[in-house]
Order: sequence, then structure tokens, then C-alpha cells
Amino acid sequence: MAYRKAAFRKPGQAGWLYSLVTGVIALIYFFPVLWMILTAFKTRSDALAIPPKLFFTPTLDNFKSVFFRDTQAGDAVATGFVQYFVNSAFIGGSSVILALIIGTLAAYAFSRYPLKGNDTYMFIILTTRMLPPIVVIIPIFLMFRVTGLSGSYIGIILLYTAFNLPFSIWMMKSFFDDLNPEIEDSARLDGSNDWKVFFRICLPQVLAGLAATAVFALILTWNEFLFALLLTGSDTRTVPVAMANTIGGEIGVDWGLLSAIVSLFLIPVFIVTFVLQKQLLRGVTFGTIRK
Amino acid sequence: MADLNTSGAGAVSGAGSVAKSGGLLAWLNAPERRGPLLVAPALITLFVMNIFPLLWSFGLSFFNYRANRLTVPSFKGLDNYEKVLTDPVVWERFQTTGIIVGASVTLQLIFGFLLALLFAKTFPLRRILLMLVLAPMMLSFVSVAIFFKLFYDPTLGLLSWAIGLFTGEPFILLATPAGSIAAIVIADAWMWSPFVMLLVLAGLVSVPTYLYEAAEIDRASPWRRFRTITFPYIKSLLLLALLFRTIETFKLFDLSFLITGGGPGASTETVAIYAYRLGFQFFRTSQASALAYLILFVVIVLTSIYLYIVNRRNEEG
Repeated sequence: MAYRKAAFRKPGQAGWLYSLVTGVIALIYFFPVLWMILTAFKTRSDALAIPPKLFFTPTLDNFKSVFFRDTQAGDAVATGFVQYFVNSAFIGGSSVILALIIGTLAAYAFSRYPLKGNDTYMFIILTTRMLPPIVVIIPIFLMFRVTGLSGSYIGIILLYTAFNLPFSIWMMKSFFDDLNPEIEDSARLDGSNDWKVFFRICLPQVLAGLAATAVFALILTWNEFLFALLLTGSDTRTVPVAMANTIGGEIGVDWGLLSAIVSLFLIPVFIVTFVLQKQLLRGVTFGTIRK
Repeated sequence: MADLNTSGAGAVSGAGSVAKSGGLLAWLNAPERRGPLLVAPALITLFVMNIFPLLWSFGLSFFNYRANRLTVPSFKGLDNYEKVLTDPVVWERFQTTGIIVGASVTLQLIFGFLLALLFAKTFPLRRILLMLVLAPMMLSFVSVAIFFKLFYDPTLGLLSWAIGLFTGEPFILLATPAGSIAAIVIADAWMWSPFVMLLVLAGLVSVPTYLYEAAEIDRASPWRRFRTITFPYIKSLLLLALLFRTIETFKLFDLSFLITGGGPGASTETVAIYAYRLGFQFFRTSQASALAYLILFVVIVLTSIYLYIVNRRNEEG
């Protein structure tokens, strides 16, 4: 009967009741994250309570102790986490900008001036993104040891640039492929040279794509763990490695603290997921699936 | 732009001083060199940071190099490959990985598909609810591992508490091999079902509504409508989701490494973790390289199939 009723509505449209049901399912799905966020606001004893407490008086203490730890003498000492967040942002930001500049130019060339064996190049480029990190990590580790890049900013930034490059090329190529070539042709007829066509005509049309690619690459880098684990030193350590070290603790994990770190770490990810919803499909498939 | 010029000049070795003359710039600016010139910086970066290391480890896989020893490695031919291929441990790890991939990808397809059906309609608050469901795949493996470690914790975990309500005893999921595998599979499937959902959703919204209207007139049964109208539109996307997730899950490292550490025993140790152990704990660098190449081979085969289907799909429509 409900189905009959729905048939009178515009096809594919549903009302608030449907929202409610979907909302409940979405919240159940989201629950592991929600629980972590709740735990971040609990006091130590609330976090350890059995049975687990769903209602409690929230506290911001955990967020404070992410950045400052009280010593026995009673003064607050900065923990390394400010540094780790700065590292993550700096390393991610620099490598994404580099990858985007190099990658956009290459993507434009792959799209407009196909080389001999263009598809083979594109395949090899995608394979370098698909290949298991474990395959390259051993030689890269050795390479970094020989050149002294291990533990330096420049080393990990270069590595992440290479890591983001295949993604940027595939994404940007898919955006360039979508453009209407007639506009460029008519610009050429009007006497614009190739550089002008690229900067004045093509680039402005893919700005949204450029932004989406940048943000996706930023998230990939922000989340990366294995390379960071092996190739960063104590000064260049990123948040994922620091978080993993925190769970490694033998003397019981401070779940409240850990939850607070994770919650802070997640904020940029949520904003991005919300803003980029339309580009998400293309982003997670490296530009191979557009529609 | 400065970046293009420096990398471009670097591409032509020793061109630095000649660049002023303008003759070289004109030469570089020729239309037939546009493609190669623009691609060069990217290919050089990829060569230095990816292809060269790959060749290096390919070379290593024929020697008996150990990263923690100073002795000069000697050439061993295919010994390492033979050792890896005949090692029962390697096959066990491949089996473990296979079980995790099979179970997790199946769950991802089922849940992804169901979630996609749910979100195929438009309804109030859809965008926000969709974000809640899509968020897991954008998270870092480390944070997902942390959520699930908390969730599975024998004394504090919700799971242990919920099961304890019925049995009266704390439930330790990670104590048994089967439980540990299930733990990894649940975490991985939770994280990546949204990916499948996104692909299926793209297929569902591309079905023209007039087809459903026609089916309505023909009084086609829901199952028939699904099979003849909906399914053809999502078929190729489902296949791509399956392949993509198989490739990615096959490389599974972080979740297992962080949730169970590969244990208990070695019950959740995937091939990627085993290769990591060989290389960085046992320092059998050459053997690890050989195993890494086996993994690479599988990934390359799967990637080519994936791209073949992508291209066929693009040509069709």
C-alpha cells in the first residue's frame, strides 16, 4: 500500500518519514565515529565506566591534554602534538602544491598532445599509484638512507609529491577531457597561442576540478601511515604515526586522550567530505569513473 | 610557472647556460615538443621516486642482500623467488589475505548496494545523512583502527559489554584466530562499503525514469524491474567496484598491523605485513623484494583488467 501512495509523488522523491528511517540507519553506520567523539568528551573515570556511559557531563580536559601535559611539579608542558599537526599540514600542503603544478601540466599534455604510447604512459602512471607501498618501501628506505634524506622534510615531501602525482594526473586529465575542445579551437583561430589557451581558457574552466584534486590529495597525504612510519624522524613525525604510537602503549591506553586526538584529526576530513560530495566518486576512483 | 621552467631545463641535461640564448627556448617551444616538455617533470619525478626504486628492488631480488650487514651481496639468480614460492608460510599468508579479501569485499558489495538503494531517492537532509555514511572511507586507517580497537576492547569495549549482557562474561573477540579475522573484516568492510555505495549510486541515478514509468504501465514485478532495468545500469560499476576493492584490500596492511598486529600467532598476518616483517624485522631484504614483486604482479594483472573495463565502459557510453 505504501508503495502505491509513493507512486503518486514525483518519482524518486521521498518525505520526512523516509529521512527519519535513513537517519537512524546512517547514525548506526556512523556509530563507531560517534562513540569515539563522545569518548573524547568524557572524564577518565567516565571513559572507563562499565557499562559504557551514553550520558555524562562533558569535559574539554582531554582536548587540553592533547597539547599540554601536567608534570608532577604542576606546570603544563607542551606535548609534541602541536608539532605533529604542523608537520602533517606542512608536509601535506607542500607536496600537494608540487604534485598539482607538475601533475596539471602533464595531465594537460596527456589530454591535448597525446604522446606515442599515451595509454601505456597513463597505465604505468596509474600502476605506480596502485602498487602496494610495500613494494617500493624497501628500496626507498635504502635510497633515503644512502642520500641522508631519511627523517628530513625534503625527503618525505618529495616522496609524497611522487605519491600524489599519479592521482593528480589522472584526476586532472579526466577534467581536461571533459572540456569542449571547440572553445579552444576558436581561441586559436582568434590568434591566441598555446600558453594563452592553457592559462586563459582551459585552466579557468577546471578550477573546481583543481580544487577537488588538491583537497583529495591533501586527505590522502594527511591519512598516510606506512611511509610516514618508516621515513619520518622525531622532528618530522606526522599525526597518524604519533597516534599509532599512542595505541602502542603497554600501560593501558588513555582512551579519552586518544579519542580527543583522533577527533581533532578528523575535523578537516569531515569538512572535505561534505564540501566535495559531488566530486567524491571521481576522487575515490582516481578520475577513472566520472558518471 | 617558475617551476615548469626549472624542471623543463633540468630535463635537457646541462641546458642551464644555453637557456639564455633564446634559441633553446624557441626549440623547446616548438609545437611538436609541447607534449613531451609538459610531461617531462612528472615523468622525471615518478622515475626518481617510484620507477628507480622499483628497479633497484628488482635488482636486489636476485642477490642475497641484507640491509643490516656490510658484507658484499652475491648474485643468487632466481633463488629468492624459488625460496618465496616454495615457502609454506608465504602460501599461508596468501591464504589469510585471500580470506580477508573474499569476506570483506563480499560484505562491502552487499552493504554498499543496500546503502545505495537507500540513498537513491531524494529526501530532506539527504546531503547531511550521506556525509555521515560516506565519511568512513575518507578516514585514515589509523583512526579506523583506533575506533575498532576501542570497540573490541575486552573490558571497555561496547562489543564485549553487549555480548556480556547475554553470556555474563566479557567477550574477547581478538583472542581467537577466527575472531581476529572477523574483527579485521568488519573494520575494513565498514570503512569501504561507502565506496561501493558511491559507485552503485552513480549507476542508480543514471537510469532514465521513463523506463520505470513504462514498467509501471506494464505492471512488471519489482524483481523483474530490477533485473531488466536497474541491473544493466549498475552491472559494470559493480564489477569495477569489485575489482578496485579487491586490489586495495589485497594490499591490506595498516588495519591488521594496528588492530591485531598480525596476531594471535600469525592468523591475521597478510602478505603485505609478512613482506614488511621479512624486510624490516628479519632483514632478509632480497627475499622481501622477491615477495613484493609477487604482490606487484597480482596488482598489475588486476589493474589491467580494471582499466580494460573502464575503457570499454567509456566507449559504450
